[in-house]
Amino acid sequence: MIRISRPALIGLAALVALPFLVRFLFASSEKYYLHILIQILIWSFIYTGWSLMGRFGLTSLGHGAFTGIGAYTSVLLWNILGLTPWLGIPIGVALAAAVALLVGYPCFRLRITGHYFALLTLALTEFIRLCIVGLRDYTGGSLGTQPARAGGGVSLHALQFEPDRVLSYYIALALWAFGLYVWLRVDRSMDRYALDAASQDEDAAASVGIDVTREKLKVTALSAGMCALGGAVYAQYQMYIGPETIAGLGVSLNIVFAVIAGGLWTLLGPTVGAVFTQLLSESLRVGIQGSGFLKDWLGSAALALDTAVYGLLLILFIIYMPKGILGTIMEWRGKTRSAGTKA
Amino acid sequence: MDCQLDIFFLEAVLNGILLAGLLALLALGLNLVFGVIDVVWICYAELVMVGMYGIHYAHKGGAPFLLAALLGILLIAAAGALLHLLVIRPVLDQAPINQLLVTGGVLFFLQAAATMAFGVEFRNIGIRLGSASLFDMSFSWARIVTFAVALGGMLALWLFLTRTYMGTAIRAISQDRQIMPLMGVDQRKVYLVTSAIGGGLAGLAAALMVLQYDIYPQIGLQFGPLIFMICVLGGLGNMIGGFVAAFIISQFIAIGGSCFATEWGYAIAFLFFMVAIFIRPQGLFARRA
Repeated sequence: MIRISRPALIGLAALVALPFLVRFLFASSEKYYLHILIQILIWSFIYTGWSLMGRFGLTSLGHGAFTGIGAYTSVLLWNILGLTPWLGIPIGVALAAAVALLVGYPCFRLRITGHYFALLTLALTEFIRLCIVGLRDYTGGSLGTQPARAGGGVSLHALQFEPDRVLSYYIALALWAFGLYVWLRVDRSMDRYALDAASQDEDAAASVGIDVTREKLKVTALSAGMCALGGAVYAQYQMYIGPETIAGLGVSLNIVFAVIAGGLWTLLGPTVGAVFTQLLSESLRVGIQGSGFLKDWLGSAALALDTAVYGLLLILFIIYMPKGILGTIMEWRGKTRSAGTKA
Repeated sequence: MDCQLDIFFLEAVLNGILLAGLLALLALGLNLVFGVIDVVWICYAELVMVGMYGIHYAHKGGAPFLLAALLGILLIAAAGALLHLLVIRPVLDQAPINQLLVTGGVLFFLQAAATMAFGVEFRNIGIRLGSASLFDMSFSWARIVTFAVALGGMLALWLFLTRTYMGTAIRAISQDRQIMPLMGVDQRKVYLVTSAIGGGLAGLAAALMVLQYDIYPQIGLQFGPLIFMICVLGGLGNMIGGFVAAFIISQFIAIGGSCFATEWGYAIAFLFFMVAIFIRPQGLFARRA
């Protein structure tokens, strides 16, 4: 079991109290601020799931496929068969883990790493996206689809909680905390040392008795399952899924970059990455809406400004701060060695 | 939906071969850069997209097409050199995967910058070359010209690499990055020239693509994954392997697209690619160890 330190406890309490603070401070636009917080939390969970394997040098561009599998499986089972997401989501998670094992096993046996691994998983993402588009009779093709509403409001059976933003926030918060818990469990397991060794030198790791393929498969299945769960919850919250928003190469790249921007090797790095990317795009969007000059000058193209700034920042991050925001801050404080214990 | 061995099937096969010329050219530039510098430009298709816009606007501004195409090639060659100087060179000593990811930042930037500068509309350069017909089959001249020019471009690159001093230096560096600088080869200059040539090939591909395709900021996402797949299938850095792989992949797309829907052609191609890599991890044409 993982003991929770005092600062972490205070932080968690603050997060639990946050909706009330939002209600108090921004009573008129409570929904909007909660929406941003919920998005940050759900994406943080997905990013944390990716970082589980990303930190061991397994740079997958295939996680857009796993979020897509999770989201589409549960939504399609609900829409077509009427199967409750309480069952649909586990099925989606299992399916994503199965796909991860199916692709991962030959990859790890044949020692496909680095560029080859990244590009192979990129092909998996494209394959899943094309399947989603191709099965347009069921999935709505590139236009996407919506989970059928069960009545107007919140439904336990259909796992629909979107109308109640505070409830959605607590669901997202619980999900996020679960993600951190998994991260810590992995961080403190023997598997972590085995994978660290394997990412440094596979032959040496194998020679001291580590089953490299097995270790990598375990963490890959876990990571894929988490991303599928995140994708499914995202679908239940957004009540819309499209091949570009929850599956596909754009999602894969966003996952990788947000984690790198935040910090790949620390517990809260992916969360910082999610906060950073969401706040960046929201503040640019609001800034453009608020400024008549920028709006006139850029017109509808202003929507792309956040991506342009984002891309530029990523280049600068990788060149000057490859450890990410949180990693660099912790390095300044001389604490990078014990990365996991800080939180 | 049905798939018969009739004249339309033959037409699909031949169109696939014509498509392969373009894909082979696209893969060639990426392979050259990877083979020499050991870096995957994941933004390669976005460079092509920028080139297409450049040629489109040069042509619209009054330049004849051939001049516009030449300007586009030079523009993207410069962009390739700039990409190397500003983005790749600072991360050459970092983990290899960071070099791939940093160009991903360039991908986002170029795509968003193009959206802001040119809007999301589809643009067409408005040059129609018509089509040739043979028996009951028809082939657009744009595709035939593309195929011929692509082959010509590849031949020119081959002559450059084998017949000139610089080309020899490039091939030498690609064989051993550690030893050649000790032999007096200026590695930085070779990298820069290689990046410019890689960019120039992207520019050439752009000049050919404006004849066939509408231009829009996301066109890179349509071609990018295909190009990577072809390069990996042929073996990253293996230019002849990439050439052959382009013909294999384009047949999947062409035949799959004519028998089923377009995206199933692509989906089958990606599936084939993954299975093929599991059978031959270093590409179809890797030398057996």
